[in-house]
Amino acid sequence: MMKISLKNLPELYSFIAKKNDLYLPIFKAGQVDFAKWDKDAIVDLNKLKTTKSAKDVFFPQSQDLVRFEVDGKKISIDEPIMPTNKQVIFGVKACDNRSFELLDMAFVEDYPDTFYEMRRANTTIVTLACAKPDEACFCKAYGIDAADPKGDVSTWIVDGYLHWMPNTDKGIELTTEVKDFFELDMDNSAVENQQSEIRAIIDRLPYSNIDLSKFTPDKLLELFNSPKWKALSEACLGCGTCTFVCPTCQCYDVKDFKTKTGVQRFKCWDSCMFADFTKCAHGNTRPSQMQRYRQRFMHKLVYFPSNHDGVYSCVGCGRCVQKCPQMLNIVKVIKTLGEDK
Amino acid sequence: MRKEPLIPGIGVVTDIRRDTPDVKTFRVVGLDGKKPFEHIPGQCAFLSMPGIGEALFSITSSPTNTEYMEFSIKKCGCVTEWLHQIEVGQQITIRGPYGNGFPVETDFKGKDLVFIAGGIGLAPLRSIINYVRDKRENYGKVTIIYGSRSDDDLVDYEEIKNEWVNEPDFSVYLTIDRETPTWDGHVGFVPNYVKEVGLDNTATAVLCGPPIMIKFTLANLQELGFKTNQIFTTLELKMKCAIGKCGRCNVGDKYVCKDGPVFRCDQLNELPNEY
Ligand code: SF4
Ligand code: SF4
Ligand code: FES
Repeated sequence: MMKISLKNLPELYSFIAKKNDLYLPIFKAGQVDFAKWDKDAIVDLNKLKTTKSAKDVFFPQSQDLVRFEVDGKKISIDEPIMPTNKQVIFGVKACDNRSFELLDMAFVEDYPDTFYEMRRANTTIVTLACAKPDEACFCKAYGIDAADPKGDVSTWIVDGYLHWMPNTDKGIELTTEVKDFFELDMDNSAVENQQSEIRAIIDRLPYSNIDLSKFTPDKLLELFNSPKWKALSEACLGCGTCTFVCPTCQCYDVKDFKTKTGVQRFKCWDSCMFADFTKCAHGNTRPSQMQRYRQRFMHKLVYFPSNHDGVYSCVGCGRCVQKCPQMLNIVKVIKTLGEDK
Repeated sequence: MRKEPLIPGIGVVTDIRRDTPDVKTFRVVGLDGKKPFEHIPGQCAFLSMPGIGEALFSITSSPTNTEYMEFSIKKCGCVTEWLHQIEVGQQITIRGPYGNGFPVETDFKGKDLVFIAGGIGLAPLRSIINYVRDKRENYGKVTIIYGSRSDDDLVDYEEIKNEWVNEPDFSVYLTIDRETPTWDGHVGFVPNYVKEVGLDNTATAVLCGPPIMIKFTLANLQELGFKTNQIFTTLELKMKCAIGKCGRCNVGDKYVCKDGPVFRCDQLNELPNEY
């Protein structure tokens, strides 16, 4: 392992940023989110959770696909601009890191999304252990270990130092490039002590042992038809906040925007919570908010696992628990439906 | 580099026919004058005009047609309205093929086939009916029951009158909902007609049409002794990506764009009733 004094991190950032687009948790407009670093950025590695998840780095809120020019009856298509920049994302927590694996299942299996795939290939992920998980966290329920966050490089902040350990070839490559900023760290005890502390905190969190065993693909119809969805969803505003902050929500829209010289086709985040999401010329398959609410959670807890070897499409980051204006969330759903015998 | 699935190619509309007051059939080739891509009956393609939008249509022509692709399109939204006012020579964007298509090489092989369509529902069935006609040796008897509101609304494919009715072992039954002065054929709703024409309940049935027609036809077929695993239908939901990623078109754990649009009715019964 290697370590670097926290004081020297700005130099490390500026070195990495010479050859890469460097993303870090940055304080801006009253909140901390992953954003591109520059020397004036206010980095906040202590923030447990960024407001939005880290998914933008691979699945940006808006992605240009292709540009058309229309001339009378003729249409021409410009070659798309692919995201070829090398990227480093630094300070990703274990839950967000796991969400990338889930997004891979959604976007890379069958008809790979080439923009997503290229960003994934060009990005090195440096994770950071969560020194103080909070009461909304339930990553443990999905087998995620916040004390051992993985990615290409794992890091831990203990007593004024950032401890650094590469896990993959990409991680080793980055480590070789930056090794002059680090000192050797032969004693793992600081990190190991922190790991035990983190795991002890997590064991005491209220949702850590939430029971997911009821959510299996063979219960699809039974769960779908549960009368409890009505009361569960009654207060939902359909605002979509839960889907926009969620690291695993994948829904998008494809739209055209007329520019002065042509038409830009782009895709952008959408939400299954929105009333017009499934509305079309023949009608709407999910006309009520109850149905849309049910869709979001059935997708995460039953449909996605049914299509991906039992893997849930939730990482227990707790963002929807903290951000829903109506205090609705996946934990309530798991508890309410999971209790049914 | 791999091709981005959401980026379309360009197609040229080389022929437009009016089939009913609100249905037109568009012939499309690629910029090289050839068929844009291969497909199997029942599959779909996304057509678009940049700036207007993209919409998914089932491919009406048979895969055995090696020269071009056809789409029969009913006017019912922005993209279709735009298509209805274009002229021959217009370029559009096209991507596909999408979906599973009909199991023409497996479940349907060697079977007697009954095709039941209402209104524009004949569009996807035209592809498979012509396919079956071109590969006659692989399939048994073919029965076609097709109905619409009025004789004006019966999609006017040349081959219904000129070819299907004359084909050996093809029986064609046309019906309209209500009498009109210009119609001397059968009058009555498709689901009822299905009970009258003397179907053999060992055949495989394929239904395509408005939900209400499907619902009653399904019930009547079951009354005739058809089992749900002998009946196939297609679903139509809002779609944006057609590759199982945008999250819009699922029914339970199945994406209609990718796992459908063709479903066997017994499989459909295992899915949530949200379509
Ligand atoms: S569950 Fe909450 S955050 Fe999500 S759409 Fe409903 S009100 Fe908004
Ligand atoms: S559903 Fe909620 S807890 Fe789960 S990953 Fe999404 S935002 Fe986090
Ligand atoms: S149309 Fe996007 S998932 Fe089916």
